[in-house]
Amino acid sequence: MFRSILIANRGEIACRVIATCQRLGIETVAVCSEADQHARHVRMADRAVLIGPAPAAQSYLDAERIIAAAVESGSEAIHPGYGFLSENADFARAVTEAGLVLIGPPAAAMELMGSKALAKAHISKADVPLIPGYHGDDQSDERLTAEARRVGFPLMLKAAAGGGGKGMRVVAKEADFAEALAAARREASGAFGDQRMILERYLEKPRHIEAQVFADNHGQVVHLYERDCSSQRRHQKIIEEAPAPGLAGPVRERLLQAAVRAARAVDYRGAGTVEFLVDGAEFYFLEMNTRLQVEHPVTEQITGLDLVEWQIRIAAGEPLPLSQDEIDCHGHAMEARVYAEDPERGFLPASGHLRQLVLPSGTGVRVDSGVDAGDEVSVHYDPMIAKIIVHDRDRVRCLARLNQALAGAFIAGLTTNLGFLQRLAADEAFIQGNIDTGLLDRSGQRLTRTDRQPPSSVIAAAACYWLDHADSHSDQRPSPWDRHDGWRLAGTAWRSLELEGPAGGIRIEACRASDGQWRLELNDCSMAASLQALGGHSWLLATDGERQRLQLYADGDRVEICHQHRRWPISRHTRFEAVEDGPGGDGRILAPMPGKVIEIRAKVGQSVDEGQTLAVMEAMKMELAIKAPIAGSVEDIPVEVGDIVEADSLLLVVSAD
Amino acid sequence: MSRLPTQVRRSDPEFIERLRHHRSLAEDLRERLQSLARGGPERARDKHLARGKLLPRERIDTLLDAGSPFLEIAPMAAYGLYDDAAPGAGLIAGIGRVSGQECLVVANDATVKGGTYYPMTVKKHLRAQEIALENHLPCIYLVDSGGAFLPLQDEVFPDRDHFGRIFYNQARLSAANIPQIAVVMGSCTAGGAYVPAMCDEAIIVREQGTIFLGGPPLVKAATGEEVDAETLGGADTHTRLSGVADHFAENDTHALAIARDIVSRLNRPSTARPPAEPSEPVHDPAEIYGILPTDTRYPFEVREIIARLVDGSEFSEFKARYGTTLVCGFARICGFPVGIVANNGILFSESALKGAHFIQLCNRRRVPLVFLQNITGFMVGRKYEQSGIAKDGAKMVTAVACSRVPKFTVIIGGSFGAGNYAMCGRAYQPRFLWTWPNARISVMGGAQAASVLATVRRDALETRGEPWSEDEEAKFKAPIREQYETQGHPYYASARMWDDGVIDPVDTRQVLGLALAASAAAPIEEERYGIFRM
Repeated sequence: MFRSILIANRGEIACRVIATCQRLGIETVAVCSEADQHARHVRMADRAVLIGPAPAAQSYLDAERIIAAAVESGSEAIHPGYGFLSENADFARAVTEAGLVLIGPPAAAMELMGSKALAKAHISKADVPLIPGYHGDDQSDERLTAEARRVGFPLMLKAAAGGGGKGMRVVAKEADFAEALAAARREASGAFGDQRMILERYLEKPRHIEAQVFADNHGQVVHLYERDCSSQRRHQKIIEEAPAPGLAGPVRERLLQAAVRAARAVDYRGAGTVEFLVDGAEFYFLEMNTRLQVEHPVTEQITGLDLVEWQIRIAAGEPLPLSQDEIDCHGHAMEARVYAEDPERGFLPASGHLRQLVLPSGTGVRVDSGVDAGDEVSVHYDPMIAKIIVHDRDRVRCLARLNQALAGAFIAGLTTNLGFLQRLAADEAFIQGNIDTGLLDRSGQRLTRTDRQPPSSVIAAAACYWLDHADSHSDQRPSPWDRHDGWRLAGTAWRSLELEGPAGGIRIEACRASDGQWRLELNDCSMAASLQALGGHSWLLATDGERQRLQLYADGDRVEICHQHRRWPISRHTRFEAVEDGPGGDGRILAPMPGKVIEIRAKVGQSVDEGQTLAVMEAMKMELAIKAPIAGSVEDIPVEVGDIVEADSLLLVVSAD
Repeated sequence: MSRLPTQVRRSDPEFIERLRHHRSLAEDLRERLQSLARGGPERARDKHLARGKLLPRERIDTLLDAGSPFLEIAPMAAYGLYDDAAPGAGLIAGIGRVSGQECLVVANDATVKGGTYYPMTVKKHLRAQEIALENHLPCIYLVDSGGAFLPLQDEVFPDRDHFGRIFYNQARLSAANIPQIAVVMGSCTAGGAYVPAMCDEAIIVREQGTIFLGGPPLVKAATGEEVDAETLGGADTHTRLSGVADHFAENDTHALAIARDIVSRLNRPSTARPPAEPSEPVHDPAEIYGILPTDTRYPFEVREIIARLVDGSEFSEFKARYGTTLVCGFARICGFPVGIVANNGILFSESALKGAHFIQLCNRRRVPLVFLQNITGFMVGRKYEQSGIAKDGAKMVTAVACSRVPKFTVIIGGSFGAGNYAMCGRAYQPRFLWTWPNARISVMGGAQAASVLATVRRDALETRGEPWSEDEEAKFKAPIREQYETQGHPYYASARMWDDGVIDPVDTRQVLGLALAASAAAPIEEERYGIFRM
């Protein structure tokens, strides 16, 4: 067994690997870029080595620097995590040459699987079904066109060296082929410097099911069952689960055996994932990932095994800890990936400080995360914040737990896909287990576009929160003056609240009734409501005889309320918002002291920003910048350069737009 | 501490009858307060709003922390006076929380005769300042007033407690480190100009606020100079040229936001917290309605009232077996310790001695006093005079007068004669004095006054040998009783500010709690008593 391991990664996977090392008593060495010097993985590790500036190319992708760090720190092995250098055969080779052990497959297997064409050619010999296609070296237009005809339409054009969706094209009919080929080649050569193409039958509604395999140095290969990763958006997995729902027993068995054969065929070592496209009872080999997958926790949950531990043991030369018939599958597990991104704006990655980070916990809930509140999600790396993993006896219970867990999460400071995940988890197709890999791209709109008008109970909860709880002095003994119901001798005063929901402004008039409930007057309805804290972020909302539990998260003048699998951001306008910045004053600019106008930088009619320098005066040996007191346009300049002016004489007039 | 028991049965027909009666009194009070809160006539309000100004109560709501209580002072001032032309005397005064700090707020109501000062307006303004002084509450003046109400200048201008006293008080308050802040939201003419000028900090609203010693008409008459109001004393003039005001505000809301900011930076200790965890009374305060008799002539058990005012209904009674017509004891209200002095019948020598003793205890222990007044007077008659009830009463009056802890008086029933003094009537300067709607206050009861006067008259007639029939005597007595009934009514009293307001009995605990908290910051002087006549 190793004494010390360097983890050549960052974020949650680095933390994940460190956790297992700590459990096994192995010393850990983290690496970090300048941007990550205070990141959680650095704080967790026994030691950390700074390997370069923030951009990944100069830090986490700098193989030489990382190997040097491993050697200098006396590490015996390197765990590459996923992404970065994890599937880089050159790196694997360099690690070995440096006398270290790479916790991963041999470079040869990586190289083989790195090329889709080579991989398929090799795999097909092991009786693993391949999707009809062409992976040949003859890349002439004529050959490709002929092959396309043989494979049939619709078909998929893919870059042979590619991944991540670049250089991919779906071609619906023969007539479009030539044009699509040219475009795909251009993209591929731009992205990979290699314009070789693969042709494949395009499956309309395939499912993405992958098998987890492990191989040791003693000739043993086992599988750890499959994962269904069909809920994807542009090839990005969103919610993964295991086992695959509705996969017929015999099909599943054949698929798992094919995966084991595939691993054997490439003389595999360590953890690998064999991906298949499944179309009814047919499945086709897609590719093999020669690393630990992001979604490995679902496999861990159903098998009760620690995949990182297995990786380390195998790399250390130990045999597989269990034989195939000792590996059981229990219950159902799901993983939702929480990203800093904005689903409503094309999943644009978001970055910023995690002002608040509330992650769910409890029975059957596991969270893998590499950040803490206060940390930054930087533009340099993958914007994943956490993986929320749940496990339960069956899929129905597991899904219920996922819904609950998602509602138990709150992140303030940047936009996340939490609401999108909740809508996906509550989507009928997902509930039925009917998701295919294209579904979210075809009909994702219903999941990305949030409902606009929050239900009245959500508005009531937000209103009660701000009326009762937001400004409470809970840590101090209550003064009678702490009341916030507008108490008056002549009866409680009405309070008004200006809220802002996804559908726009909501004006509420509220008055505390003698029974302690708030009477709320919304646009066209009147209701009685009260909100009681249940601890944590759970609240009990009572409205006109109905009682419901919901999650409410507060972040300054904004709350997020999880209610019936929906997440509602609602903010409040403060009473003094309009005047908070203070007055711009009027637009008449008077000379602050007597002096000479030495420069005029504005013209009549020009539009100017607040604070923009419009003229310069010289007075008492000082140069004074004359700035626009408000934004607007210059209406009048009654002075000229060279004028000597008295204090308080008019220099310029700016009129607000 | 022991929890006070109760004999109240909600099903008792008498309880139900009393409940109905007092609830209707409370309802009547509420309706009157709500109607007074509207301020001046509709037309004046519309004009005010059309100028882009907030109504005075909107200004206060905006100034206060969202949802803060507002303990209004004398909302019924001038009720029934000046042909009812001055609701609330055209001035709103009260205590509310601003930026976490309890402040005294005084707001002119320009919809009431342009916010001019009637005699009762002056009295209310001065009373508000007195409350600020005694309780160390920062003052915020929302100024929008045309100055003295000229037709009544003789009752407003010249005397000690007239208009000039406002500025005298401002100087003294500021000297006592009680911040003085003015928000000029309308006129501040002539003497009124001194409200902002005497303040520590002043805010003025653009194109609304004006401050000048003489307005444009007066200037023209005096010097012939023609000048518009804005140039003469508008926001720009005073914040840029004269320095009479310190902050320029775009509008009312902006001005109030500045005032809140100023208060947040006063660098004073924040709001007082009670020394003990508060708890609600065990017995329902709403039952007070069913406990009070419908006529002040009937006695009731005052411990039933105490049980509905104090935390947990817990009361440590002092000298429970001695001088039993006065109930004294320690309790807490909203977590603040109090010594309660409550009438439970006529005052005898023993009750007065016990009262004097207890008041000294409270002073020595720095425990605020709460007087629950329901007193027809000291016992009269040969036996009592001969045993010196006057000197015993004097001991209690001395103790009350020299007391230095905050005192709070609630007139919960009758308040007649010297009993009013011993029980900390208005003349004994309680920090606050409130009246219940069922209370009556006069030098003696209407019936007693009628019969005293009738006896005097009968004696005079008899001396002259003139007959006086019973019928004539009844006719003589009726208007006297009527006068006493009218003048003894709490609304009559409140209109003249003999109290700080008529309150719903059910609100009493809340009102006392707010007042206790608001008074807690002011330092308490060492007590010194006059000679106790032995």
